[in-house]
Amino acid sequence: MLNRRVARFIGVRSARLVLLLAGVAVGAFLLLEASPLDPVDAYVGAEIARVGPEQRAMIAERWGFDDPAPVKFARWIGNVAQGDLGTSSIFNAPVTEVISTRFRTSLTLLAAAWVLSGIIGFTFGVIAAMRRDRLADKVIRWLAYTFASAPTFWVGLLMLALFAVQLGWAPVCCATPIGVDPATATLGQRLAHLALPAITLSLIGIAPIALHTREQVIDVLASDHVTFARAQGEKGWPLIRHRVLRNAAVPAFTLQFASLSELLGGSILAEQVFNYPGLGRATVEAGLRGDLPLLLGIALFAALFVYIGNLLGDIIATRIDPRISLLDRKVGS
Amino acid sequence: MTADTTLITTSLDTDRRRTALVQLTVAAIAITLTLVAASVLAPIADITDLSARRQPPSWQHPFGTDRLGRDMLARTVVGLRLSLGIGALAALISAAIALVIGSVAGVVGRWVDAAVSWLVDLFLSLPHLVLLILIAVAVGRGIRGVLIAVALTHWPTLTRVLRAEARRVTASEYVTVARRLGRSETSIATGHLSRHLGPHLMVGTILLFPHAILHEAALSFLGLGLPPHAPAIGILLADAMRELSAGSWWLALLPGLALLLVVKAVDAIGQQIRALTDPWSVHA
Amino acid sequence: MSLLNVSNLSVTFVQYARGLRRQSLEVVTGLDLSVDSGELVAVVGASGSGKSLLAHSLLGLLPANARESGDLSFDGQPLTPARRRQLRGHEISLIPQTVASLDPMATVGAQVRRAAQVAQHVDPAEAATQALAERHLDPDVEARYPHELSGGMARRVITAIALIGRPRLILADEPTPGLHPSIVTEALQTLRKLADEGSAVVLITHDLTGALTVADRVAVFYAGTTVELAPTSAFTGDGSKLLHPYSRALWRALPGNGFEALPGAQPSPLDLPGGCLFADRCPLVIDECTVSRPAAVSVGDTTARCIRINDRQAIEC
Repeated sequence: MLNRRVARFIGVRSARLVLLLAGVAVGAFLLLEASPLDPVDAYVGAEIARVGPEQRAMIAERWGFDDPAPVKFARWIGNVAQGDLGTSSIFNAPVTEVISTRFRTSLTLLAAAWVLSGIIGFTFGVIAAMRRDRLADKVIRWLAYTFASAPTFWVGLLMLALFAVQLGWAPVCCATPIGVDPATATLGQRLAHLALPAITLSLIGIAPIALHTREQVIDVLASDHVTFARAQGEKGWPLIRHRVLRNAAVPAFTLQFASLSELLGGSILAEQVFNYPGLGRATVEAGLRGDLPLLLGIALFAALFVYIGNLLGDIIATRIDPRISLLDRKVGS
Repeated sequence: MTADTTLITTSLDTDRRRTALVQLTVAAIAITLTLVAASVLAPIADITDLSARRQPPSWQHPFGTDRLGRDMLARTVVGLRLSLGIGALAALISAAIALVIGSVAGVVGRWVDAAVSWLVDLFLSLPHLVLLILIAVAVGRGIRGVLIAVALTHWPTLTRVLRAEARRVTASEYVTVARRLGRSETSIATGHLSRHLGPHLMVGTILLFPHAILHEAALSFLGLGLPPHAPAIGILLADAMRELSAGSWWLALLPGLALLLVVKAVDAIGQQIRALTDPWSVHA
Repeated sequence: MSLLNVSNLSVTFVQYARGLRRQSLEVVTGLDLSVDSGELVAVVGASGSGKSLLAHSLLGLLPANARESGDLSFDGQPLTPARRRQLRGHEISLIPQTVASLDPMATVGAQVRRAAQVAQHVDPAEAATQALAERHLDPDVEARYPHELSGGMARRVITAIALIGRPRLILADEPTPGLHPSIVTEALQTLRKLADEGSAVVLITHDLTGALTVADRVAVFYAGTTVELAPTSAFTGDGSKLLHPYSRALWRALPGNGFEALPGAQPSPLDLPGGCLFADRCPLVIDECTVSRPAAVSVGDTTARCIRINDRQAIEC
């Protein structure tokens, strides 16, 4: 009985994912088809001056650039289904390879920022709620609203200017020291290069998480079970620890996983400022230089990443809240 | 009504109404001043003066000069005006899309509603910036690209809110009564809907505005937004990044700070209007 | 000297309306109450009359936008906010209205043990099991979550938690909302037994009939004020032993007593009249009633707020 429900859950979620990816695929494809970008240009890249009209026609024919849209789409989807996302014109390598390499670099950055923003955001949110309307709360809220209104890349620039250029405490760019083969870089060197981008990226996440946690904790503090706990004599930190934290944790975790979407977006800006060679930079390059296969591939990957993030969030929520069962119809609908 | 269940806890010592009005006025004045400054200083924003390159802030040039000797204060306020204009226009377009789609989904219901929900989910399945880049690349960059990209990225969340409200109104009792009394569908729609959707639409649009500004700045910074000769803040900051090693910190700090203040001002206006029209949102 | 003495308690809330304009809700305007050890006093009033706030006020649990005034004393000493914080859970305890008062994310056992810990029991686990056993609950309840319990069991868990500190004063806030009659009886009898064993019990409820089966005295609550404080014995016959017109109307409105409903409704706490709060519905109203709020007048064991108590005509009505 349980197995059947688990199977149905997996089935439903997978079907939704496929439908979503299909939607993203169609949407992205149509968008880029409509764009003024010439795929021949992208393919030819730097050699563009040396390529004459007959050669362009040959390239177009060879790759089917002039075929009608539905044909191109069918071909592309057919390839995708077999795991072939095409070739990136910038990197001259299969898109899947580019994405996986670049993502591995971004992953450490994303993970560090994610953990940092979660822990710091949640802590500040709880403190703000506990000290509601007092100085600490006002300061935290002011900081949060200010960071939420600040352009991420500007904050990154300031950090770069101050800590790297001015003070020299951190390197000025990239994931590993310049002139050193990335494969031989030490853990210490990697961490040094990771520090500023990770902090910058985490700053974006901290503000909404802190504000949301504060709201959640305030709501929980106004709930019936907390009133009863207080009537029993519970107060201060023990009140929060025993009666509030776990209740506030569920929405906090859900938000944390939902923030993966903004995190991925923010990483594009952070990597640009710090010249960090991750997936974010690759996206910008692909956009600037019209590398359509790579852009499409990244779009699909981003949708997949966000979807899995939300799914994990739902699963974790059921672990913490005994009332929710993942297998119920209502969850994640 | 049982008072114990309908309480709003607020800090009694500040008069919320007065604070709200003061904040609103200050923010509105700040934005007006910016726009006025932009009109006044626009002519000098493009004047290059190679004898005064890379100068730190001074009385002559309060925001310093860039590598071509151009006055940064002038460039910044013109850039702010650009950001405000594009942000506002994009927010309005987004709001219009959200209004149409949201009301149709809420009123017509059933499969239209389901289709709209799925479309909203689709747009929200990608990170904002990825979607922005895709659309900007597709439409061909420049002002048009930015406008369309920002407008198309922000309609989903507002649509959800408006659709929920429209649904609530359609299902509510006064609409059923109005139907029974024989009023036509359209007059019901326009009457009740506008009354209920109006405040949400206004507040939602104003709250959209700051995000629109920030996203335009991001696109311009990446080189996928406004053309490089326009002094959009994003472009100013991209230039500043190239100049960082030369030590011209004012090129990065001041335009960004100005943008931050403008965004905060717009956000403050939105928050206070929301507090004034919907006191239940006031949590203080 | 009674264990608990409440005199002229008033509670006002400040709220924000459209345009962030402030408005005041006077929810409790003149509440009088006294309860002694071994006594069960019921505070009876319609829903929305603000009686639940009495419990929260005594425990110091009113929200930040509440303004309070009046004289409160416990065991002969004034009940200051600091003292309320000290006494709650220990000498003064709350049996809350709703089953949502149990933490949905913790097991019953964890919650009762924690309550025992807060009440400073040397062995919380043992105290917890014992408290549950006293309410006729098996130890295997401890592993369950609140949403897995039946309404009646949840009520008993809440009672167990409330009593674990061996309180001298028990405030039962609407303990029988819409529950099955047998559970209602059980809950009320439990409260009676607690009073018989020496605790002071305040039962806040809208159920006059139920209250009369277990109470020693009844405080009748209307629009935020105690209009009458009478012994249970006064609630008999045609209600003529009751002094206040509202109490009489309440008694007569019961199904067994003629079921005569009183027209009209309670005044809104946003806009209370300057005179007697019952004036617009009272069959005995005269011009003087609308001038100012009546003071409490005692006749024998009963106290009531009505200027026409000593009027011969009124009593014969």
